[in-house]
Amino acid sequence: MTLFIQQLFDGLALGGVYCLAAIGLTLIFGVLRIPNLAHGTLYMLGAYVTYFFLVTVGVPYVAAIGLAAVVLAVIGVLLERIVFHPLRNAPHTHHMIAAVGAMFFFQAVAQAIWGADFRRMESPISGSVTILGAQISWQRIVIVVTAVIVLGLLTWFIKRSIHGQTIEAIEQDRTGSSLVGISPSRVSMLTFGLAAALATVAAGLVAPINLLAPTMGDALSLKVFAIIILGGLGSLPGAIVGGFTLALAEVMTSTYVSAAAGEGIAFVVIVLVLAIRPTGLFARAVQR
Amino acid sequence: MTTTTFSPQRLGTLLVALALLLAPLTLGGEEYVLRVLTVGATYAIAVYGMNLILGLTGQLSLAHGGFFGIGVYIVGLLTTDYDWAFWPSFLVAVLVTGLGGFVAGIVALRTREEYFAIFTMAMGFIIFLVISRWESVTHAHSGVSGVKFPEGFGLFDFSEPVVMYYLVLLFLLGAGYVTHAVRRSGIGRTLVAIRTSEDLARSIGVNVGLNKQLAFAASTTFAGVAGGLFAAVQGFVGPSAASLDLTFEMLMFILVGGLGTVLGPVVGTFLVLFLFEFFQDFEAYRFLVLGPIIVVLVIFAPRGIVGYLNAFVGKLRSRAAGAGNGSGGPPEHRSSDTATDVKETL
Repeated sequence: MTLFIQQLFDGLALGGVYCLAAIGLTLIFGVLRIPNLAHGTLYMLGAYVTYFFLVTVGVPYVAAIGLAAVVLAVIGVLLERIVFHPLRNAPHTHHMIAAVGAMFFFQAVAQAIWGADFRRMESPISGSVTILGAQISWQRIVIVVTAVIVLGLLTWFIKRSIHGQTIEAIEQDRTGSSLVGISPSRVSMLTFGLAAALATVAAGLVAPINLLAPTMGDALSLKVFAIIILGGLGSLPGAIVGGFTLALAEVMTSTYVSAAAGEGIAFVVIVLVLAIRPTGLFARAVQR
Repeated sequence: MTTTTFSPQRLGTLLVALALLLAPLTLGGEEYVLRVLTVGATYAIAVYGMNLILGLTGQLSLAHGGFFGIGVYIVGLLTTDYDWAFWPSFLVAVLVTGLGGFVAGIVALRTREEYFAIFTMAMGFIIFLVISRWESVTHAHSGVSGVKFPEGFGLFDFSEPVVMYYLVLLFLLGAGYVTHAVRRSGIGRTLVAIRTSEDLARSIGVNVGLNKQLAFAASTTFAGVAGGLFAAVQGFVGPSAASLDLTFEMLMFILVGGLGTVLGPVVGTFLVLFLFEFFQDFEAYRFLVLGPIIVVLVIFAPRGIVGYLNAFVGKLRSRAAGAGNGSGGPPEHRSSDTATDVKETL
């Protein structure tokens, strides 16, 4: 039972991280209708930039994540402008190939600056608390709480604020939104910036638990795809539900079955879901 | 195509074929370069497979490296742990990847566009995970060593690098010829129609599902052939032969060479491999340059080197023909070029 509770909290913390990373991906898909294969590398860069601010510059943890989020938002906007905007009318295979190019580039950049070795980022939040006999580290609690707060703010931003509403408008009807004066180009930039910032927050939160490496985004990239396919491409609540579901499934499988099975479950989820429903669960009508 | 014996495309094909045939003679015992060429030729066979599914049919399959890996490991494991001869194991590898592709295609091709790419990416990753983790069968990260050379039945000695090179080259020429034949045939036109618009193709009576599935099975078969040969060429194989990175590298090869063209895969593979060797001192940093190159290519030159040369030749010819009787260039190039044009403006 203690083990189960321990794993449950681990799963929730991981779920928070997955949600934050997956929401960015699902927003990008909703607005631009492209699967951004480079999303995992944005997460990876986010982790390294947080590391840079925290360790090399020496600012406090929260500020480091905030600054890194700003830096990554800029990188996200640049990525949209330089790579995806010119390809907006190209066939769908081209976006994915370009994203692969960007992915290779970002990995090489991280490796050139920080080296290929694993790096450890010490968490300023140490210690743990005992809940029902299970040792839960404060870092994990911070992850869950931050994730909930960020998700709340994001929901408010998209549903209530004028800029956020433009995102939803474009997702629903691109032509219609242009007619009422919403610039799809500007919304694309906003979405990419937001997505990169969210991925950074996720990376900054989980970095003290995991190690940093230029390849850390690869597995995550595939997992967030599993999540948004599970939740429906472009769906915000779907990404949240999918994130926690996948994280819990992963943690439980690796505890009770085997580590390799836990690692592979995300891909089994993708294959199973798409084999049964080729457009993903809860898929909304595809805008063409 | 039938009237002119010296069409530029034929000349180009001839030149590439000659260069590949004569390469070992000019190297004069440069073992390393010959090895790079041989490995490059095996990759190029796999890239021809990718050309069928991505270049002609317009479906981005990211499981290609996985199927390559299946070919590699079937030959690798059967010839070492089970002590089979090369040719029967090779046959098994080709059959398994071909049939496996057909069966996987039943499920995979129910999905479309982005979903297909993501689905195949997951499939590729599962193959990689199985190969890199199933220690009792695949030896995981320690890999497989001592893969047998093909048996020459007293006629050839395939442990000789030059002979092995020509064997791989034979398969490569076969792959190129199949691509050429498919492009000329009705099947090729059907595939291009699917690439241009699935809905439109279906509306004119094309069996989209079956054709896509056949194209997918053919592409995985090519990957299997390439993988089987790769195992024999390398002698030692590890899980990286099935990785997603390999798929991405192949994607770059074909993009540089030219999607949907006959010569593209060969030209792209050898050119990029040459660049890899050139940047070898920088190892991991090569993608600092190559990453942006992929992006620039896909934005500004999505048709690749051979695609552009074809378009250029077609333009010259239609100009010449326009001055004459106006009958235009070879219909096959024309049709495929318009197809890409339509696609790019979509």
